Amino acid sequence: MSSTTNSSQHHTSTIGAIGTPSRRNTELGLLVFAVVIPVFAYVNVGLAINDKIPAGLLSYGIGLGVIAAIGHLVVRKFAPYADPLLLPLATLLNGVGLVVIWRLDQSKKLQLLPNYVEAAPRQLLNSALGVALFIAVLIFLKDHRILQRYTYISMAGAVVLLILPLVPGLGFDNFGAKIWIRIPGLGSLQPGEFAKIALAVFFAGYLMVKRDALALASRRFMGLYLPRGRDLGPIIVVWILSILILVFETDLGTSLLFFGMFIIMLYVATERTSWIVFGLLMSAVGAVGVASFESHIQTRVQAWLNPLHEYKLSQSGVHDGILHSEQAMQALWAFGSGGTLGTGLGQGNSDLIGFAANSDFILATFGEELGLAGVMAILLIYGLIVERGIRTALAARDPFGKLLAVGLSGAFAIQVFVVAGGVMGLIPLTGMTMPFLASGGSSVMANWALIAILLRISDTARRPAPAPAPSPDAEMTQVVRP
Amino acid sequence: MNKPLRRIAIFCGLLVLALLVRDNWIQYVQASALKDDKLNRRVAIERYATPRGDIIVDGKSITGSVKSASSDYEYKRTYKDGPMWSPVTGFASQAFGATQLESIDDGILTGNDDRLFFRNTLDMITGKKKQGGNVITTLNAAAQKAAYDGLKGRGKGAVVAIDPSTGAILALASFPSYDPSAFAGNSNKDTKAWLKVQKAQDPNEPMLNRALRDIYPPGSTFKVVTAAAALENGLYTSADEKTDSPLPYNLPDTTTPLKNEGTIPCKNATMRVALQFSCNTVFGKIGVDVGKEKMLEEAKKFGFNSEQFIPVRSNASNFPEKMDRPQTALSSIGQFETAATPLQMAMVASAIANDGKLMKPYMVDKLQAPNVDVLEQTEPEEMSQPLSSKNAQILQSMMETVVKDGTGKKAQISGVTVGGKTGTAQHGVDNSEKPYAWFISYAKLPDGSSPVAVAVVVQDEDATRDSISGGGLAAPIAKSVMEAVIKSKQ
Repeated sequence: MSSTTNSSQHHTSTIGAIGTPSRRNTELGLLVFAVVIPVFAYVNVGLAINDKIPAGLLSYGIGLGVIAAIGHLVVRKFAPYADPLLLPLATLLNGVGLVVIWRLDQSKKLQLLPNYVEAAPRQLLNSALGVALFIAVLIFLKDHRILQRYTYISMAGAVVLLILPLVPGLGFDNFGAKIWIRIPGLGSLQPGEFAKIALAVFFAGYLMVKRDALALASRRFMGLYLPRGRDLGPIIVVWILSILILVFETDLGTSLLFFGMFIIMLYVATERTSWIVFGLLMSAVGAVGVASFESHIQTRVQAWLNPLHEYKLSQSGVHDGILHSEQAMQALWAFGSGGTLGTGLGQGNSDLIGFAANSDFILATFGEELGLAGVMAILLIYGLIVERGIRTALAARDPFGKLLAVGLSGAFAIQVFVVAGGVMGLIPLTGMTMPFLASGGSSVMANWALIAILLRISDTARRPAPAPAPSPDAEMTQVVRP
Repeated sequence: MNKPLRRIAIFCGLLVLALLVRDNWIQYVQASALKDDKLNRRVAIERYATPRGDIIVDGKSITGSVKSASSDYEYKRTYKDGPMWSPVTGFASQAFGATQLESIDDGILTGNDDRLFFRNTLDMITGKKKQGGNVITTLNAAAQKAAYDGLKGRGKGAVVAIDPSTGAILALASFPSYDPSAFAGNSNKDTKAWLKVQKAQDPNEPMLNRALRDIYPPGSTFKVVTAAAALENGLYTSADEKTDSPLPYNLPDTTTPLKNEGTIPCKNATMRVALQFSCNTVFGKIGVDVGKEKMLEEAKKFGFNSEQFIPVRSNASNFPEKMDRPQTALSSIGQFETAATPLQMAMVASAIANDGKLMKPYMVDKLQAPNVDVLEQTEPEEMSQPLSSKNAQILQSMMETVVKDGTGKKAQISGVTVGGKTGTAQHGVDNSEKPYAWFISYAKLPDGSSPVAVAVVVQDEDATRDSISGGGLAAPIAKSVMEAVIKSKQ
């Protein structure tokens, strides 16, 4: 043991085991890639389609760079210990999504569609709004536990948001799914995307309080722990809610998403496998039940089982009262035609998908133009976001934070699976958007908010514990000499 | 709560894994099946994405490509003198697919052929656009024009001209014809043009390639095959040997007389005289004397009863395999069920002109890469030897008599030895329909070489029946085709 200066060094290194490096510079480095890659992709599209570097390159590059830089600075200031991967990954997806949306804007075939509008400028604006929302969440939500106070308000909010599309005059039916509302002067909105976050907050708050009752008060039956009837209440309510969405808004995806999210959170809260068995059973019953009388769902299932037949029906122009769509088959052809390495950006024919090529079906364009390699990279990026989210849940110190983080990550994972699986023909198609990639304002904004909440939780989790108050005795013990 | 969290992490990993596996399934395992699916519009888009290579005759292309107005097909095929060349080229239409050379050599023309793979890969790296290769045909533009113009004045028919020494096809014309440019695109206008030339709207069947895809009773032109059979089987050994031919002659085992056209010197006539006057009685009897097996064998050596690929498919001509003796007699003078494509009869004439050797007919000389490297060159190939060189020369002298003194006088060309045979084939129930006028011939230059053999078939709707004869209608067309070939050789 030596001098006082030495001792202070010794002191910090002991504390260092508790504190973690902030990793903000890692995030900055990754962000550079997340901006440069889409800029190169943009140049690539311009050269492929018009043989020249696109005129908007500078403004696009600067725009994306500024958005990323502001996001980074806000994280550095308000959530310094937050996960370093989430912001760059989201920026990268948002950036390449914009490029592909712009690429589809250039398609002559899509320009001939009756309701064609240039989607890229709108998407850029929505991305900026999304990042603004991201910043707002980080600045105003100092601690995620504050959300716990709003458990029931969140529930009410979620229900209102979900019902909005059914309000006459406000909601409208867009190609079979009634999940949009029209706000005069502002455009259309998909409230379900925001309801996802509100519901996650409600579930986390509710389950944190009720988890002991749900976990312990149960009867054993045939090797499974069955919950008590009164504890079943909430799960039944959520189940009915998701069925109602399915029936009235014919939105299989959102319904699956909410129910799946709830089951995941319930399982994490109670640590009981029986909930999963129970949940799967209920979703199967619900889906089969609804599918047996909803022609919209039946068509989707038919198109999934035999996309080629559905394609032929749509081409032959049969009038059997069902809207036959060639899209499922067109998407498969797009993926297959891309092969391993793809045709190169701007050189495919994914515009054959027609309507929704830049939203629900945007992954097919990635498949055709960037190939198997590109789609696998995109899927792995989504996988990384989800796993970083669950890592945040593991690191979180409070049950509410754990539940909220896993709920949001799980919902994100299910959404990616349902959309990508639908477009690739793994499961029936549902009308949902690829987070960050697809054209759609609500989706981009809601997902930026989701990332912000995850960053907030991870910041709280990784923030070093406050240093213990300096003990007045410390000096005393040091001066003992032989 | 961490144990279930880890499980959820694994579950989410499995979801992503399922997506990755599915992606590999559709983008790797099934990729080529999906990519090449005929219903996948990309196949057609790809086909028309670059200007197609050209089909070339005498160093000049008879096809072209123009930018198309369609939203996804960039280029459209055009044809020069479309109706004249369509029996050779076939068509390549955005809406209706491709046929014949356009279809068979599609890989070369679009540049997708495997043999162009290396070049395409280089082009891709150097940023050059993919180009199609060219198909160089053996056709002779002057002969084709003579053939088509000759037919145009006379109603339905077809002409095939072959270089006997190689089998190279010099002319391949069919009339009425169609212009493949008219429906090369995929607009409503193209659809209308397409429907207009279909059999349902045009009973004259302009889309029918009569030179290759229709069979006609060859009538008296078939007598040269019967004569070849007689010589080859030793029934007679010279053109000037008296044949054992009674007149009148009843079909064997019947009391039905086989009639000649008019009063002609057919009784015990030599084969030369019988061919000169086209005696049904003489050749009917020769057929019976040679026997149906030997007749069939000889016909098959000339190419009957099998499809030909030049490389465009030609229908099989027919010499009946099952028949009794009277039917053998009728078949041997080109009636009953005997039927031949114009290509088949041109092959007969070319084998005789080439001293008995039948060369395999072909119309693609070479396939060229975009940078004019030769990818494939067709070498002349002997198909069979229907008759010996000596017998071929006997038959030549007989056919030359036909043109010099007989029914084929209208095919005479000054300074050139022409051998030929006329034919007038009745058909329809009780011979009710307009007969086909046939003429097959070859030309022989003073140096002994034979540059062209030709077969012409014409059905003239307007001519009265009596005036229809191979010598009157078909021989002048054959003559102008032969002259065109000889002129272009000089």
